[in-house]
Amino acid sequence: MSDDPRHSPRARNGRAPDVFRPGRWVSMQQYADNEAVDFVIVGTGAGGGTLACKLAEYGFSVVALDAGPYFRPLEDFASDESEQTKLYWTDDRIVDGDNPLQLGSNNSGKAVGGSTVHFAMVSLRFRPEWFKARTKLGYGADWPIDWREMWAYYTEVEQALKISGPINYPWGPPRPRYPYRAHPLNAAARALARGCEAMGIAWTETPLATLSAPRGLAHPCVYRGFCVAGCSTNAKQSALVTWIPRALSAGAEIRDLAMVGRIETDENGLAVGVHYHRQDKWHFQKARNVVVAGYAIETPRLLLNSATDKFPDGLANSSGLVGKNLMAQANQAVWGVMEEEVRSYKGPPSLAITEHWNYADEGKDFFGGYCYMSQGPLPQLWAKTQASAHGLWGARLVEEMKRYNHAVGLKIVGEMLPQEKNRVTLDDEVDQYGIRIPRVTYSWCDNDKRLIDHSIGFMSRALTAAGAKDIWIQHDDTCHLNGTARMGSRPDNSVVNADCRSWDIPNLWVCDGSVFPTVGGANPSLTIQAIACRTADRIRSLARLGEIRF
Amino acid sequence: MAERSSQRSRGSVYPGYDVLAKWNSPSWNDKTRDVISRRLAVANDPRFFTAEEFQSVTAMADRIVPQSASHSRIPVAALVDRKLQDGIFDGYRPAGMPRDGDAWRLGLHALDAEALSRHGSRFAEMAGPDQDALLRRCEAGGLHAPEWAGMPPSAFFKHRLLQDLVLAYYSHPAAWSEIGWGGPASPRGYVRLDFDDRDPWEAAEAKPGDELAALRINRHVR
Repeated sequence: MSDDPRHSPRARNGRAPDVFRPGRWVSMQQYADNEAVDFVIVGTGAGGGTLACKLAEYGFSVVALDAGPYFRPLEDFASDESEQTKLYWTDDRIVDGDNPLQLGSNNSGKAVGGSTVHFAMVSLRFRPEWFKARTKLGYGADWPIDWREMWAYYTEVEQALKISGPINYPWGPPRPRYPYRAHPLNAAARALARGCEAMGIAWTETPLATLSAPRGLAHPCVYRGFCVAGCSTNAKQSALVTWIPRALSAGAEIRDLAMVGRIETDENGLAVGVHYHRQDKWHFQKARNVVVAGYAIETPRLLLNSATDKFPDGLANSSGLVGKNLMAQANQAVWGVMEEEVRSYKGPPSLAITEHWNYADEGKDFFGGYCYMSQGPLPQLWAKTQASAHGLWGARLVEEMKRYNHAVGLKIVGEMLPQEKNRVTLDDEVDQYGIRIPRVTYSWCDNDKRLIDHSIGFMSRALTAAGAKDIWIQHDDTCHLNGTARMGSRPDNSVVNADCRSWDIPNLWVCDGSVFPTVGGANPSLTIQAIACRTADRIRSLARLGEIRF
Repeated sequence: MAERSSQRSRGSVYPGYDVLAKWNSPSWNDKTRDVISRRLAVANDPRFFTAEEFQSVTAMADRIVPQSASHSRIPVAALVDRKLQDGIFDGYRPAGMPRDGDAWRLGLHALDAEALSRHGSRFAEMAGPDQDALLRRCEAGGLHAPEWAGMPPSAFFKHRLLQDLVLAYYSHPAAWSEIGWGGPASPRGYVRLDFDDRDPWEAAEAKPGDELAALRINRHVR
């Protein structure tokens, strides 16, 4: 293919890339800018991609815009870390606070399919009590959704993505069997298992959104290990190869390289469409409903950048909470070397997991929980970790890197508490589209630090018990981004209601990780997709009741 | 650690292993060959940096990722140069820090100013140990020349100097061979996943006293 999807859009002229067949296309319905569609969705990742599919399947007219390219994984993805940085959201952002976040490669994507194109595929359900964290566990905020309802939507997503997982999941209430069998353990995962068994806690194969058996035109995972640099074989069940093809065949239009800069509202305070930049021009798509699904930085950025005289503090912001309560997750690690060769680059990076400390509450001096997983960093990431987190450079770095094949590590995904001072605001500088850039402020609270200390102590003992030597700690890392447009039960303490609908503007919705009131100690993608499925069902019900204007 | 390092650095850990020998194997697809061809063709000259800046970056690369004579020289400074020229940035920066390319220019200028005031010569002309000492001061934030213009030296060291040079070095196939990584792996991937479980298309590690065995295997890794 001679076209570069980063410079000219692919989804146009009534067709979109067929991600399963090199060089081929699938037909795509298209809408004119001045034709008011039922839903325009900003973002096509775990939230927007899923919602676009479900709403189109329910018969609504849908246009979903993404600022990123429409990749063909089989043709566009190299086995190369540097090249694949093209998957990341690397538009200019400023970070500050006591613990400035690392963004870019770490936690956001710019592509049709969003960051699911490069996520680690870890597909976990939340612990039921987390949906009532304030009432049942004494911290954070309650979700306005009951866990039993979520349990059904988790099942829907697990089936839709053909999640591979263990036959019996050791924690939480019963769940249906995973549709596909678990992947085999690599040596890094076996080290995790050894450590857990020595410490007397349970572990299991990680439920993963990558195929362990054929599915349609996609082959099972070949264990090439480049998962977080993009899957070139389509084994990874990203939104790009699952929800989006379904959305297209149900009649949704996808617009790639379409950056939304502003949501337009009318004199009645209703949303009427979005201004977006595509092919060097600004356009305006009319819509009866606008859904923002840009993830926890771009979503509040867009809401804030859409301020008007009527909404001087930004849209959906009468609570003053848009941009606030940003929650990353703690992502500390312990690393060591084994006498044996580990070669952790083989297979998905996190094939084994323990959620013990998500479900056990005794002996904790902190609120919340964490899981930890085995790790498989590729060379550039590993060298960067050794340099910036271990402080090695010069001959010490080059020599240490020669032990790459013996390196082993355990890394947490840990709950961080919502704090209003952790937030996204607008800086005065502008990006390449002329839109004010986000400033992301982040500081750990004492509870965050106690959780981190607990995890580091426990994992250090577990890794030692597994036989690792020369153990060291990676203190400063976070992953995932949530909060900033939280859902809740009242307009004064939340931005959207349980249906992801703005309290202030009834035809404005937010559907991504931004709506999380708390984050738990589990990767968020499965929950984001479950919320999107629920939102679609609620929209269908509300539409039937005449509670949505079309 | 020092003991192990000196022991290790006596020879290659993966003698005879060349990840590029797999170029035509099922581990490399067209897209990967295209990307790596372009990387291997990068000439060791500046496009983004001035000649003087490029000299400084080259000198810094020699301190941050010193190269062994046992493999062909990796054009670390040129790889960083091309990244900046292509506008491939991190996408985030601490408050007070300019965008990546501007940060590099500012930092190089400031480090040369520090070098001149402390040693009477530019960074590139200093002796290696003095360069290391200056870099360590930069890393620790202990530099205060007005040329920093508000950019924290430690942030420049961590986010630009250290990170960009290290990533450039380990983006090169010669570095992949040095550490015994399997390299590109699509569509073949891997079959053997357990401890001490090498696929035939992976590097064999030299065991002390039996380096020849690894050499014999690695010559045939495809």
